[in-house]
Amino acid sequence: MSEKVLIVDDEKDFLDIIAERIRARGMDVSTATSAEDALNMVEAESFDVVIMDFMMPALDGFKALKLMKAEQPEVQIILLTGNVPEEKRIEAKALGALDVIEKPPDLKDLIQKIKKAKKAQSKVRGKKGRKKK
Amino acid sequence: MCAKLEPSVETGLQFFGQMTASISHEIKNVLAIINENAGLLEDLALMADRGTAIEPQRLKNMSRVVMKQVSRADAIIKNMNCLAHSVDESIKTIDLNDILELLTALSTRFASMRGVTVQPKLNESPVTLRTAPFFFMNLLWLCLDFAMEAAGEDKIVELVTQKTEDGVEVLFKRLGGLTGAPLRSGPAELGKGLCELLGAELEVSTDNQEIVARFAVDIDRD
Repeated sequence: MSEKVLIVDDEKDFLDIIAERIRARGMDVSTATSAEDALNMVEAESFDVVIMDFMMPALDGFKALKLMKAEQPEVQIILLTGNVPEEKRIEAKALGALDVIEKPPDLKDLIQKIKKAKKAQSKVRGKKGRKKK
Repeated sequence: MCAKLEPSVETGLQFFGQMTASISHEIKNVLAIINENAGLLEDLALMADRGTAIEPQRLKNMSRVVMKQVSRADAIIKNMNCLAHSVDESIKTIDLNDILELLTALSTRFASMRGVTVQPKLNESPVTLRTAPFFFMNLLWLCLDFAMEAAGEDKIVELVTQKTEDGVEVLFKRLGGLTGAPLRSGPAELGKGLCELLGAELEVSTDNQEIVARFAVDIDRD
């Protein structure tokens, strides 16, 4: 099954093209231009990976990360950012972000990280499934 | 040895740091868009090698997006250049309209992050004063930063300039979020050193929902 990815960025010119390029690599990609829309989407359906801009209007990446993890603890979140000080990177990981990547991202590297994230998520879901049984 | 910076120098360095960090973030966003377009071109070229035709309209759209981003980066860098040159001369004659335009442009990302719109109401004629341009802008930034936090429900901060008998005023209006609570971290507290340096006065009025920054027309005459 292909990776189900949600990309969140308020820069529409960036969002549309990176989504198209990731789709062309066989992944199922949805997009949102705000963290609020992304939260609604995460509430409504499950995603393997969320790639989200760290700095967005109204709701910043940290708050959105916390809310998403509360809604869907298994979801793997990769934060994208222009620049990020090391302490923010550490804080993001402590809050459950899988990775923090600087813009502009290297697509090959990002695709690898999405695949790795999907594997990690499948493991978590598998463990949860076995516990329920 | 433990060096201690003058309060105005420390505030100035913080202002410069905040602005340049924001500018670099914006430039990274521009680079990310250009990078994705270059990557998409590469993808399309690979597809063309395999026999898929490329629609000319696609290429035109991509070219339009790249040109738009180049002009966006150009504007960002011009503003950065103006900020950098504001320290060339410690004291000089400035036009308040130019400074407010620059400050509004530099604060765009900060405003957008807070969902605020900054609306400068510039004078039709130049409003000149002799001051320390960098520290002048720094003090206005402290006021604007605070004003954006105190914006009312419509999330609009108006910047108004007016000449007075012995100087000029910059008003930060429509601050419906101002409360009577003590403003410990407000501009009057943070900008104390800058006010002394510039001979300026700040007044926060909860009744009028505004901050007023008053400046003498000549820093040396104050």
